[in-house]
Amino acid sequence: MASPMNRREFRKVTRRELFKLAPVAVLGAFAIPGLQKPLLKAGLATSDWISEKLFRAGHLATTFSDAELTPPDKFPINGYDVEDPEVDLDAWSLNVTGAVQKPGAYKLAQIQTLPKIRQNTRHVCVEGWDVIGRFGGVRVSDFLQMVGADTSARFLSVECADDYYETIDMETALHPQSLLCYEMYDQPLTREHGAPLRLSMPTKVGYKQAKYLTDLKVTNLVEKFGYWEDQGYSSFYGL
Amino acid sequence: MATQAIAIEDAKTGEVEVAVREHPLVVRICHWVNAVALFVMIGSGLQIFRAFPSFGPRVPEKDLIDLPRAFALGGWLGGALQWHLTFAWIYIVTGLVYLAYQIFTGNYRQVLFVPKDFPGIWPMTRHYFFFGPKPPSREPYNALQKQAYTTAILLAVISVVSGFVVWKPVQFSWIGWVMGGFHWARWWHFWAMAATVAFIAGHLVMVILHGWNNFLSMLTGWKKDPEYPVE
Repeated sequence: MASPMNRREFRKVTRRELFKLAPVAVLGAFAIPGLQKPLLKAGLATSDWISEKLFRAGHLATTFSDAELTPPDKFPINGYDVEDPEVDLDAWSLNVTGAVQKPGAYKLAQIQTLPKIRQNTRHVCVEGWDVIGRFGGVRVSDFLQMVGADTSARFLSVECADDYYETIDMETALHPQSLLCYEMYDQPLTREHGAPLRLSMPTKVGYKQAKYLTDLKVTNLVEKFGYWEDQGYSSFYGL
Repeated sequence: MATQAIAIEDAKTGEVEVAVREHPLVVRICHWVNAVALFVMIGSGLQIFRAFPSFGPRVPEKDLIDLPRAFALGGWLGGALQWHLTFAWIYIVTGLVYLAYQIFTGNYRQVLFVPKDFPGIWPMTRHYFFFGPKPPSREPYNALQKQAYTTAILLAVISVVSGFVVWKPVQFSWIGWVMGGFHWARWWHFWAMAATVAFIAGHLVMVILHGWNNFLSMLTGWKKDPEYPVE
Protein backbone atom coordinates (compact mmCIF):
# COMPACT_ATOMS: atom_id res chain seq x y z
CA MET A 1 0.00 0.00 0.00
CA ALA A 2 1.19 3.50 -0.81
CA SER A 3 2.13 5.93 1.94
CA PRO A 4 -0.87 7.39 3.83
CA MET A 5 -2.77 10.26 2.34
CA ASN A 6 -4.53 12.80 4.48
CA ARG A 7 -8.30 13.20 4.44
CA ARG A 8 -8.33 16.45 2.51
CA GLU A 9 -6.16 15.02 -0.22
CA PHE A 10 -8.43 12.00 -0.48
CA ARG A 11 -11.47 14.24 -0.79
CA LYS A 12 -9.73 16.01 -3.68
CA VAL A 13 -9.07 12.68 -5.35
CA THR A 14 -12.68 11.54 -5.04
CA ARG A 15 -14.01 14.88 -6.25
CA ARG A 16 -11.78 14.72 -9.29
CA GLU A 17 -13.07 11.22 -9.98
CA LEU A 18 -16.63 12.45 -9.67
CA PHE A 19 -16.01 15.19 -12.24
CA LYS A 20 -14.66 12.61 -14.64
CA LEU A 21 -18.24 11.34 -14.94
CA ALA A 22 -19.12 14.58 -16.73
CA PRO A 23 -19.52 12.84 -20.12
CA VAL A 24 -22.63 11.13 -18.74
CA ALA A 25 -24.21 14.56 -18.30
CA VAL A 26 -24.18 14.94 -22.09
CA LEU A 27 -27.25 12.70 -22.09
CA GLY A 28 -29.03 15.52 -20.28
CA ALA A 29 -29.22 17.24 -23.67
CA PHE A 30 -32.13 14.89 -24.42
CA ALA A 31 -34.08 16.62 -21.66
CA ILE A 32 -33.74 20.06 -23.28
CA PRO A 33 -36.85 20.64 -25.42
CA GLY A 34 -34.98 22.58 -28.10
CA LEU A 35 -32.39 19.85 -28.55
CA GLN A 36 -34.64 16.84 -28.20
CA LYS A 37 -36.00 16.97 -31.74
CA PRO A 38 -32.66 17.28 -33.58
CA LEU A 39 -31.09 14.61 -31.37
CA LEU A 40 -33.90 12.14 -32.00
CA LYS A 41 -33.74 13.02 -35.68
CA ALA A 42 -30.03 12.16 -35.64
CA GLY A 43 -30.94 8.92 -33.87
CA LEU A 44 -33.50 8.11 -36.56
CA ALA A 45 -30.93 8.88 -39.28
CA THR A 46 -28.48 6.52 -37.54
CA SER A 47 -31.13 3.79 -37.44
CA ASP A 48 -31.90 4.27 -41.13
CA TRP A 49 -28.24 4.23 -42.04
CA ILE A 50 -27.78 0.95 -40.14
CA SER A 51 -30.98 -0.40 -41.75
CA GLU A 52 -29.55 0.27 -45.20
CA LYS A 53 -26.29 -1.45 -44.30
CA LEU A 54 -28.16 -4.49 -42.96
CA PHE A 55 -30.26 -4.88 -46.11
CA ARG A 56 -29.01 -7.66 -48.35
CA ALA A 57 -30.23 -7.44 -51.94
CA GLY A 58 -29.95 -11.18 -52.52
CA HIS A 59 -31.47 -12.33 -49.23
CA LEU A 60 -35.02 -13.60 -49.63
CA ALA A 61 -37.77 -13.22 -47.06
CA THR A 62 -39.24 -16.47 -45.79
CA THR A 63 -42.11 -17.80 -47.88
CA PHE A 64 -44.91 -19.89 -46.41
CA SER A 65 -47.13 -22.78 -47.35
CA ASP A 66 -50.79 -22.22 -48.19
CA ALA A 67 -51.73 -23.85 -44.87
CA GLU A 68 -49.91 -21.07 -42.99
CA LEU A 69 -51.83 -18.26 -44.67
CA THR A 70 -53.93 -15.87 -42.64
CA PRO A 71 -57.51 -16.35 -43.93
CA PRO A 72 -58.35 -13.62 -46.48
CA ASP A 73 -61.20 -12.22 -44.37
CA LYS A 74 -58.81 -11.82 -41.42
CA PHE A 75 -56.19 -9.87 -43.36
CA PRO A 76 -56.36 -6.41 -41.76
CA ILE A 77 -57.45 -3.45 -43.85
CA ASN A 78 -55.35 -0.50 -42.80
CA GLY A 79 -56.50 2.43 -44.87
CA TYR A 80 -54.94 5.61 -43.60
CA ASP A 81 -57.85 7.76 -44.65
CA VAL A 82 -60.67 6.01 -46.47
CA GLU A 83 -61.23 2.33 -47.12
CA ASP A 84 -62.28 3.02 -50.67
CA PRO A 85 -61.11 6.09 -52.60
CA GLU A 86 -63.52 5.03 -55.38
CA VAL A 87 -60.98 4.48 -58.10
CA ASP A 88 -62.60 4.11 -61.54
CA LEU A 89 -61.06 0.71 -62.30
CA ASP A 90 -61.89 0.80 -66.03
CA ALA A 91 -60.35 4.19 -66.63
CA TRP A 92 -57.38 3.55 -64.33
CA SER A 93 -53.78 3.69 -65.48
CA LEU A 94 -50.44 4.07 -63.79
CA ASN A 95 -48.78 7.33 -64.66
CA VAL A 96 -45.04 6.76 -64.96
CA THR A 97 -42.64 9.73 -64.86
CA GLY A 98 -39.08 10.63 -63.98
CA ALA A 99 -35.88 8.94 -65.09
CA VAL A 100 -37.54 6.52 -67.54
CA GLN A 101 -37.19 6.11 -71.31
CA LYS A 102 -40.89 5.38 -71.82
CA PRO A 103 -42.93 7.60 -69.55
CA GLY A 104 -46.69 7.61 -69.83
CA ALA A 105 -49.90 5.97 -68.72
CA TYR A 106 -49.74 2.18 -68.30
CA LYS A 107 -52.98 0.20 -68.26
CA LEU A 108 -53.32 -2.77 -65.93
CA ALA A 109 -53.46 -5.14 -68.92
CA GLN A 110 -50.05 -3.87 -70.08
CA ILE A 111 -48.56 -4.44 -66.63
CA GLN A 112 -50.08 -7.91 -66.56
CA THR A 113 -48.17 -8.94 -69.68
CA LEU A 114 -45.08 -9.24 -67.48
CA PRO A 115 -44.31 -12.59 -65.79
CA LYS A 116 -46.69 -13.21 -62.92
CA ILE A 117 -45.25 -13.97 -59.51
CA ARG A 118 -47.26 -15.47 -56.66
CA GLN A 119 -45.78 -15.60 -53.17
CA ASN A 120 -46.97 -16.26 -49.62
CA THR A 121 -45.10 -13.77 -47.49
CA ARG A 122 -45.31 -12.09 -44.13
CA HIS A 123 -46.74 -8.61 -43.83
CA VAL A 124 -45.29 -6.94 -40.72
CA CYS A 125 -46.88 -3.83 -39.27
CA VAL A 126 -44.84 -1.18 -37.46
CA GLU A 127 -47.28 -1.73 -34.57
CA GLY A 128 -45.88 -5.20 -33.99
CA TRP A 129 -48.47 -7.52 -35.50
CA ASP A 130 -48.07 -9.54 -38.65
CA VAL A 131 -50.11 -11.65 -41.04
CA ILE A 132 -49.17 -14.03 -43.81
CA GLY A 133 -50.81 -13.23 -47.10
CA ARG A 134 -50.78 -14.56 -50.63
CA PHE A 135 -49.77 -11.88 -53.08
CA GLY A 136 -49.72 -11.98 -56.86
CA GLY A 137 -48.31 -9.49 -59.31
CA VAL A 138 -45.28 -8.54 -61.34
CA ARG A 139 -41.80 -7.81 -60.13
CA VAL A 140 -41.14 -4.12 -59.69
CA SER A 141 -37.79 -4.77 -61.36
CA ASP A 142 -39.51 -6.23 -64.46
CA PHE A 143 -41.78 -3.23 -64.69
CA LEU A 144 -38.85 -0.83 -64.30
CA GLN A 145 -37.15 -2.62 -67.18
CA MET A 146 -40.35 -2.37 -69.26
CA VAL A 147 -40.50 1.40 -68.83
CA GLY A 148 -36.76 1.75 -69.39
CA ALA A 149 -36.04 3.13 -65.93
CA ASP A 150 -32.63 4.38 -64.94
CA THR A 151 -32.06 1.99 -62.04
CA SER A 152 -29.05 3.97 -60.89
CA ALA A 153 -31.56 6.53 -59.61
CA ARG A 154 -31.97 6.43 -55.84
CA PHE A 155 -35.69 6.26 -55.40
CA LEU A 156 -39.03 5.07 -56.60
CA SER A 157 -41.81 7.39 -55.45
CA VAL A 158 -45.45 6.47 -55.67
CA GLU A 159 -48.65 8.42 -55.20
CA CYS A 160 -52.00 6.94 -54.39
CA ALA A 161 -55.68 7.63 -55.05
CA ASP A 162 -56.27 8.20 -51.35
CA ASP A 163 -53.53 10.88 -51.23
CA TYR A 164 -51.13 8.49 -49.53
CA TYR A 165 -47.59 8.61 -50.86
CA GLU A 166 -44.43 6.56 -50.40
CA THR A 167 -40.79 6.40 -51.45
CA ILE A 168 -38.81 3.21 -51.83
CA ASP A 169 -35.03 2.96 -52.17
CA MET A 170 -33.99 1.52 -55.54
CA GLU A 171 -32.19 -1.45 -53.98
CA THR A 172 -35.40 -2.67 -52.33
CA ALA A 173 -37.45 -1.87 -55.45
CA LEU A 174 -35.16 -4.18 -57.42
CA HIS A 175 -35.40 -7.00 -54.85
CA PRO A 176 -36.82 -10.13 -56.54
CA GLN A 177 -39.71 -10.33 -54.06
CA SER A 178 -40.80 -6.70 -54.47
CA LEU A 179 -44.08 -6.75 -56.40
CA LEU A 180 -46.49 -4.44 -58.11
CA CYS A 181 -49.35 -6.47 -56.73
CA TYR A 182 -52.74 -6.82 -58.44
CA GLU A 183 -53.93 -10.02 -56.76
CA MET A 184 -54.37 -11.22 -53.22
CA TYR A 185 -55.30 -14.82 -52.51
CA ASP A 186 -55.47 -15.45 -56.28
CA GLN A 187 -58.29 -12.92 -56.69
CA PRO A 188 -58.06 -9.45 -58.19
CA LEU A 189 -57.27 -6.91 -55.47
CA THR A 190 -60.40 -5.87 -53.64
CA ARG A 191 -61.12 -2.18 -53.23
CA GLU A 192 -60.21 -2.15 -49.53
CA HIS A 193 -56.86 -3.81 -50.25
CA GLY A 194 -55.88 -1.18 -52.77
CA ALA A 195 -57.45 -2.04 -56.14
CA PRO A 196 -56.30 -2.10 -58.79
CA LEU A 197 -52.57 -1.99 -57.91
CA ARG A 198 -50.53 -1.85 -54.72
CA LEU A 199 -47.00 -2.53 -53.55
CA SER A 200 -46.06 -5.76 -51.79
CA MET A 201 -42.48 -5.96 -50.55
CA PRO A 202 -41.80 -8.59 -47.89
CA THR A 203 -38.49 -6.89 -47.03
CA LYS A 204 -40.29 -3.71 -45.96
CA VAL A 205 -42.59 -2.80 -43.09
CA GLY A 206 -46.34 -2.48 -43.64
CA TYR A 207 -46.72 1.26 -44.07
CA LYS A 208 -44.46 1.14 -47.13
CA GLN A 209 -46.89 -1.21 -48.96
CA ALA A 210 -48.81 1.64 -50.58
CA LYS A 211 -52.27 0.88 -52.02
CA TYR A 212 -54.37 2.43 -54.85
CA LEU A 213 -51.26 3.37 -56.87
CA THR A 214 -51.81 6.10 -59.43
CA ASP A 215 -48.35 7.58 -60.04
CA LEU A 216 -44.89 6.14 -60.13
CA LYS A 217 -41.74 8.22 -60.45
CA VAL A 218 -38.10 7.20 -60.75
CA THR A 219 -36.07 9.95 -59.19
CA ASN A 220 -33.04 11.10 -57.24
CA LEU A 221 -34.86 13.85 -55.45
CA VAL A 222 -37.91 13.59 -53.25
CA GLU A 223 -39.72 16.49 -51.67
CA LYS A 224 -42.18 14.49 -49.64
CA PHE A 225 -40.80 11.11 -48.61
CA GLY A 226 -43.84 9.27 -47.35
CA TYR A 227 -47.02 9.90 -45.43
CA TRP A 228 -45.79 8.33 -42.19
CA GLU A 229 -42.10 9.05 -42.72
CA ASP A 230 -42.84 12.77 -42.90
CA GLN A 231 -44.34 12.46 -39.43
CA GLY A 232 -41.31 10.79 -37.89
CA TYR A 233 -41.34 7.14 -38.89
CA SER A 234 -38.23 5.50 -40.31
CA SER A 235 -37.84 6.24 -44.01
CA PHE A 236 -35.99 3.01 -44.84
CA TYR A 237 -37.62 0.54 -42.45
CA GLY A 238 -36.41 -2.65 -44.05
CA LEU A 239 -37.26 -5.88 -42.29
CA MET B 1 -7.15 -9.45 -7.25
CA ALA B 2 -4.94 -6.46 -7.46
CA THR B 3 -7.22 -3.71 -6.31
CA GLN B 4 -5.57 -0.35 -5.84
CA ALA B 5 -5.72 0.60 -2.16
CA ILE B 6 -4.57 3.56 -0.10
CA ALA B 7 -4.46 4.51 3.56
CA ILE B 8 -6.11 7.75 4.62
CA GLU B 9 -4.86 9.42 7.75
CA ASP B 10 -6.88 11.85 9.84
CA ALA B 11 -4.54 14.78 10.46
CA LYS B 12 -5.94 15.46 13.95
CA THR B 13 -6.57 12.05 15.47
CA GLY B 14 -4.02 10.10 13.50
CA GLU B 15 -6.69 7.50 12.73
CA VAL B 16 -6.04 5.52 9.60
CA GLU B 17 -8.75 4.35 7.20
CA VAL B 18 -8.34 2.19 4.14
CA ALA B 19 -9.89 3.02 0.77
CA VAL B 20 -9.93 0.91 -2.36
CA ARG B 21 -10.49 1.84 -5.96
CA GLU B 22 -13.37 -0.48 -6.69
CA HIS B 23 -14.88 0.81 -9.94
CA PRO B 24 -12.70 2.00 -12.84
CA LEU B 25 -13.87 5.13 -14.66
CA VAL B 26 -14.97 3.27 -17.79
CA VAL B 27 -17.20 0.98 -15.71
CA ARG B 28 -18.73 3.94 -13.87
CA ILE B 29 -19.46 5.88 -17.06
CA CYS B 30 -20.99 2.82 -18.72
CA HIS B 31 -23.06 2.12 -15.61
CA TRP B 32 -24.67 5.55 -15.53
CA VAL B 33 -25.13 5.88 -19.28
CA ASN B 34 -26.82 2.50 -19.33
CA ALA B 35 -28.97 3.38 -16.34
CA VAL B 36 -30.37 6.31 -18.35
CA ALA B 37 -30.60 4.26 -21.55
CA LEU B 38 -32.49 1.45 -19.81
CA PHE B 39 -34.92 3.91 -18.28
CA VAL B 40 -35.63 5.42 -21.71
CA MET B 41 -35.83 2.08 -23.49
CA ILE B 42 -38.17 0.50 -20.96
CA GLY B 43 -40.50 3.52 -21.04
CA SER B 44 -40.53 3.84 -24.82
CA GLY B 45 -40.71 0.05 -25.17
CA LEU B 46 -43.94 0.05 -23.19
CA GLN B 47 -45.31 2.76 -25.48
CA ILE B 48 -44.38 0.62 -28.50
CA PHE B 49 -46.03 -2.38 -26.87
CA ARG B 50 -49.24 -0.41 -26.39
CA ALA B 51 -49.66 -0.30 -30.18
CA PHE B 52 -50.19 -4.09 -30.17
CA PRO B 53 -50.33 -5.32 -26.58
CA SER B 54 -50.15 -8.95 -27.48
CA PHE B 55 -47.86 -11.73 -28.65
CA GLY B 56 -48.26 -14.17 -31.47
CA PRO B 57 -50.27 -13.72 -34.64
CA ARG B 58 -52.56 -10.82 -35.45
CA VAL B 59 -55.63 -13.05 -35.26
CA PRO B 60 -57.09 -13.70 -32.85
CA GLU B 61 -55.71 -10.67 -31.09
CA LYS B 62 -55.96 -10.53 -27.37
CA ASP B 63 -54.85 -7.51 -25.43
CA LEU B 64 -52.79 -9.33 -22.87
CA ILE B 65 -51.69 -6.46 -20.72
CA ASP B 66 -53.21 -3.03 -20.52
CA LEU B 67 -50.31 -0.81 -19.57
CA PRO B 68 -51.07 2.53 -18.00
CA ARG B 69 -50.04 5.51 -20.09
CA ALA B 70 -48.06 6.93 -17.20
CA PHE B 71 -45.28 4.34 -17.66
CA ALA B 72 -44.98 4.99 -21.36
CA LEU B 73 -42.55 7.38 -23.01
CA GLY B 74 -42.48 8.98 -26.43
CA GLY B 75 -46.07 10.17 -26.80
CA TRP B 76 -46.99 8.07 -29.82
CA LEU B 77 -45.67 5.01 -31.62
CA GLY B 78 -43.39 6.98 -33.97
CA GLY B 79 -41.96 9.06 -31.13
CA ALA B 80 -41.46 6.01 -28.94
CA LEU B 81 -39.62 4.23 -31.76
CA GLN B 82 -37.29 7.21 -32.14
CA TRP B 83 -36.47 7.23 -28.42
CA HIS B 84 -36.19 3.47 -28.26
CA LEU B 85 -33.79 3.07 -31.17
CA THR B 86 -31.71 6.17 -30.42
CA PHE B 87 -31.01 4.88 -26.93
CA ALA B 88 -30.60 1.34 -28.20
CA TRP B 89 -27.55 2.53 -30.19
CA ILE B 90 -26.19 4.34 -27.12
CA TYR B 91 -26.83 1.21 -25.04
CA ILE B 92 -25.13 -1.07 -27.56
CA VAL B 93 -22.07 1.18 -27.90
CA THR B 94 -21.56 1.52 -24.14
CA GLY B 95 -22.29 -2.19 -23.73
CA LEU B 96 -19.55 -3.07 -26.20
CA VAL B 97 -17.12 -0.59 -24.61
CA TYR B 98 -17.90 -2.11 -21.20
CA LEU B 99 -17.43 -5.69 -22.36
CA ALA B 100 -14.20 -4.88 -24.21
CA TYR B 101 -12.82 -3.01 -21.19
CA GLN B 102 -13.72 -5.79 -18.76
CA ILE B 103 -12.18 -8.46 -20.95
CA PHE B 104 -8.98 -6.64 -21.88
CA THR B 105 -8.19 -5.41 -18.37
CA GLY B 106 -9.23 -8.61 -16.65
CA ASN B 107 -11.60 -6.60 -14.49
CA TYR B 108 -14.38 -9.01 -15.44
CA ARG B 109 -13.19 -11.27 -12.62
CA GLN B 110 -14.83 -8.83 -10.21
CA VAL B 111 -18.33 -9.54 -11.55
CA LEU B 112 -18.29 -12.72 -13.61
CA PHE B 113 -19.98 -15.62 -11.88
CA VAL B 114 -17.84 -18.74 -12.27
CA PRO B 115 -18.33 -22.33 -11.06
CA LYS B 116 -16.18 -21.73 -7.99
CA ASP B 117 -18.80 -19.24 -6.78
CA PHE B 118 -21.46 -21.94 -6.44
CA PRO B 119 -20.62 -22.90 -2.83
CA GLY B 120 -21.03 -19.25 -1.82
CA ILE B 121 -24.65 -19.03 -2.97
CA TRP B 122 -26.39 -20.76 -0.11
CA PRO B 123 -24.59 -18.99 2.79
CA MET B 124 -25.34 -15.60 1.19
CA THR B 125 -28.97 -16.52 0.49
CA ARG B 126 -29.33 -17.64 4.11
CA HIS B 127 -27.82 -14.37 5.26
CA TYR B 128 -29.98 -12.14 3.02
CA PHE B 129 -33.33 -13.89 3.38
CA PHE B 130 -33.25 -16.08 6.51
CA PHE B 131 -31.25 -14.06 9.04
CA GLY B 132 -28.27 -16.40 8.77
CA PRO B 133 -24.77 -15.37 9.82
CA LYS B 134 -22.88 -13.13 7.46
CA PRO B 135 -20.31 -15.10 5.51
CA PRO B 136 -16.84 -13.52 5.51
CA SER B 137 -16.17 -11.51 2.36
CA ARG B 138 -12.96 -11.98 0.50
CA GLU B 139 -13.58 -9.91 -2.60
CA PRO B 140 -15.67 -6.92 -3.73
CA TYR B 141 -18.66 -9.01 -4.81
CA ASN B 142 -20.10 -12.05 -3.10
CA ALA B 143 -21.46 -15.07 -4.96
CA LEU B 144 -25.02 -13.73 -5.12
CA GLN B 145 -23.90 -10.34 -6.37
CA LYS B 146 -21.80 -11.95 -9.08
CA GLN B 147 -24.74 -14.13 -10.03
CA ALA B 148 -27.03 -11.09 -10.23
CA TYR B 149 -24.64 -8.94 -12.27
CA THR B 150 -23.70 -11.75 -14.61
CA THR B 151 -27.40 -12.43 -15.20
CA ALA B 152 -28.06 -8.74 -15.84
CA ILE B 153 -25.35 -8.69 -18.52
CA LEU B 154 -26.79 -11.84 -20.12
CA LEU B 155 -30.25 -10.23 -20.11
CA ALA B 156 -28.78 -7.20 -21.88
CA VAL B 157 -27.34 -9.45 -24.58
CA ILE B 158 -30.68 -11.27 -24.98
CA SER B 159 -32.55 -7.95 -25.18
CA VAL B 160 -30.26 -6.61 -27.89
CA VAL B 161 -30.26 -9.80 -29.96
CA SER B 162 -34.05 -10.30 -29.73
CA GLY B 163 -34.48 -6.59 -30.43
CA PHE B 164 -32.61 -6.99 -33.71
CA VAL B 165 -34.90 -9.89 -34.67
CA VAL B 166 -38.05 -7.90 -33.89
CA TRP B 167 -36.69 -4.94 -35.85
CA LYS B 168 -35.27 -6.91 -38.80
CA PRO B 169 -37.05 -10.28 -38.94
CA VAL B 170 -36.03 -10.87 -42.56
CA GLN B 171 -32.30 -10.07 -42.25
CA PHE B 172 -31.99 -11.94 -38.92
CA SER B 173 -34.42 -14.73 -39.77
CA TRP B 174 -31.92 -17.36 -38.64
CA ILE B 175 -31.65 -15.88 -35.14
CA GLY B 176 -35.45 -15.66 -35.14
CA TRP B 177 -35.52 -19.34 -36.01
CA VAL B 178 -33.25 -20.09 -33.04
CA MET B 179 -35.63 -18.13 -30.80
CA GLY B 180 -38.58 -20.17 -32.01
CA GLY B 181 -39.79 -17.88 -34.78
CA PHE B 182 -40.68 -14.25 -35.32
CA HIS B 183 -43.53 -14.29 -32.79
CA TRP B 184 -41.29 -15.72 -30.11
CA ALA B 185 -38.60 -13.05 -30.62
CA ARG B 186 -41.09 -10.44 -29.44
CA TRP B 187 -41.77 -12.60 -26.40
CA TRP B 188 -38.02 -13.00 -25.67
CA HIS B 189 -37.57 -9.25 -25.94
CA PHE B 190 -40.42 -8.68 -23.49
CA TRP B 191 -39.41 -11.19 -20.84
CA ALA B 192 -35.78 -10.05 -20.95
CA MET B 193 -37.11 -6.53 -20.22
CA ALA B 194 -39.32 -7.82 -17.38
CA ALA B 195 -36.39 -9.74 -15.86
CA THR B 196 -34.20 -6.64 -16.17
CA VAL B 197 -36.85 -4.61 -14.33
CA ALA B 198 -36.84 -7.25 -11.58
CA PHE B 199 -33.05 -7.03 -11.42
CA ILE B 200 -33.17 -3.24 -11.17
CA ALA B 201 -35.71 -3.44 -8.33
CA GLY B 202 -33.54 -5.85 -6.36
CA HIS B 203 -30.42 -3.85 -7.20
CA LEU B 204 -31.97 -0.63 -5.87
CA VAL B 205 -33.09 -2.32 -2.63
CA MET B 206 -29.57 -3.63 -2.05
CA VAL B 207 -28.01 -0.27 -2.86
CA ILE B 208 -30.23 1.38 -0.26
CA LEU B 209 -29.47 -1.32 2.32
CA HIS B 210 -25.72 -1.02 1.76
CA GLY B 211 -25.74 2.70 2.39
CA TRP B 212 -24.06 5.85 1.22
CA ASN B 213 -20.43 4.73 1.28
CA ASN B 214 -21.20 1.90 -1.10
CA PHE B 215 -23.32 4.12 -3.37
CA LEU B 216 -20.52 6.70 -3.56
CA SER B 217 -18.15 4.08 -4.90
CA MET B 218 -20.12 3.94 -8.17
CA LEU B 219 -19.67 7.72 -8.47
CA THR B 220 -16.07 8.26 -7.34
CA GLY B 221 -14.74 4.77 -7.82
CA TRP B 222 -13.35 4.72 -4.27
CA LYS B 223 -14.78 2.81 -1.35
CA LYS B 224 -13.72 3.50 2.21
CA ASP B 225 -13.37 0.71 4.74
CA PRO B 226 -14.19 -2.17 2.41
CA GLU B 227 -15.55 -5.29 4.07
CA TYR B 228 -13.06 -7.45 2.28
CA PRO B 229 -9.32 -7.58 3.03
CA VAL B 230 -6.94 -5.63 0.82
CA GLU B 231 -3.24 -6.05 0.36
